[in-house]
Amino acid sequence: MSIFERLTRIDRRIIFCTVALAVIIPLLRPIGFPVSVSPSVKKLYDAIEALPPGSRVLMSFDYDPSTMPEVYPMNFSIAKHCFKRGLKVYGMALWATGVSLGQDALEKAAKQYDKAYGVDYINLGFKAGGIVVISAMAENVVETFPEDYAGRSVGQFPVMKGVRNFDDFDLIVDFSAGDPGVIQWIMIAYGRYGKKVGAGCTAVSAPAFYPYLNAGQLVGLLGGMKGAAEYEKLMDYMGTATAGMDAQSVVHALIVFYVLFGNAMYLVERRRSRRNRL
Amino acid sequence: MRHQIPLIITFVAGITMIVQYFVPHEPFAALSQQFRIWFLIIATFAMILGVGNIIKIHVERISRARPGWGYSVILLAGLATTAISGIGWGIQPGTIFFYLFWNLLIPLGSTMFALLAFFITSAAYRAFRARTAEATLLLAAAIIVMLSRVPVGTYLWDRFPIVGNWIMDYPNTAGQRAIMIGIALGVVSASLRIILGIERTYMGAGK
Repeated sequence: MSIFERLTRIDRRIIFCTVALAVIIPLLRPIGFPVSVSPSVKKLYDAIEALPPGSRVLMSFDYDPSTMPEVYPMNFSIAKHCFKRGLKVYGMALWATGVSLGQDALEKAAKQYDKAYGVDYINLGFKAGGIVVISAMAENVVETFPEDYAGRSVGQFPVMKGVRNFDDFDLIVDFSAGDPGVIQWIMIAYGRYGKKVGAGCTAVSAPAFYPYLNAGQLVGLLGGMKGAAEYEKLMDYMGTATAGMDAQSVVHALIVFYVLFGNAMYLVERRRSRRNRL
Repeated sequence: MRHQIPLIITFVAGITMIVQYFVPHEPFAALSQQFRIWFLIIATFAMILGVGNIIKIHVERISRARPGWGYSVILLAGLATTAISGIGWGIQPGTIFFYLFWNLLIPLGSTMFALLAFFITSAAYRAFRARTAEATLLLAAAIIVMLSRVPVGTYLWDRFPIVGNWIMDYPNTAGQRAIMIGIALGVVSASLRIILGIERTYMGAGK
């Protein structure tokens, strides 16, 4: 076996070790790469900035623990932004696992601005049914979610006063890691009821939502940890997403290096074997 | 009757939902809202059915001592513990469910997802080869988008984000739209077949 052939078959354990180092070292010793804000993130930020205090924002926590490192920071940042602007936040989940994650983000953000549960925000909990839940609550929120995430009647909370259907929400933000998620919210909330919809999603699913963003069906889009880090920059604080960007940068660069290196070895080996055949 | 009744229910529900989209007035508006509430109730029962199915499969695996039966024990124990603690004492901070969720499910879920980084790097190194012109184009686009999505890309070349955004806004959007239109036409066609009773496989065994 030639040296080039051997280099195209590096032991996967070596690759795994380099990836581990590429993640661990920047986390322990941050490099501090500057984060630039992309237009899609700025658009969502501006949409929230444009809402007058007291406006109602509906958030759907459609993600799970596996995607938490990417989606939770954006959930927290946007909740923080809403509370800072004096907006009322209404949480809900189409994913059962999203309830606790969303509640945690709301509680931590609310604490920073002295906001109270039931007065400034509420978590309506999980309801099975995906797109039909959206469709049902568009017509009647209380009928669809008669109790909050802890099983208390929503009628007892002042924040629910005057909330009947989608007409009473000024912006909807979906934090999504898959299906049901952003597409269902666009189809019903935007397509049917003309509501403004923003989204935060995993990096891997973001490309699928660009057609909606470019068509104006999404007011803004946060894609992956980078999107979350950009929002943290706009909010002027350093959160977990910003801290993770160095590690993600180095890993991306490492993957690119491996791909280029693998291809270079492949091309050299192919040229060599052609020459040998001649 | 076993076949006619489900077909009638499907037809009436399907047509009502289509009509109420274009005519959002009574009686269609109230009727469609009623259908949605029924759907939510059925969806909840479907979840219970799913849990029942999981229990049945794993109890069978344990009783026959099939390979990997130990994992089934863990699965059932986890299912019972989270369900009982969640239903019994709620999911708020301080409850058993809350403790299990934050100290077991979240670290386990994050670990599983984090493994992807290792496998993707290894797979990209082995399989992502510029064998043809199309593969080379894909490779170049992937590298540009990857670098444009992290700060190190801007550090290497300040135009990476601009080129990356252009790829996402134009070639990516065009491709995604083509896929979406294809999917939408397929969904419309499949839905019509189901509503009109042409497609009956959902009733079982193609009858």
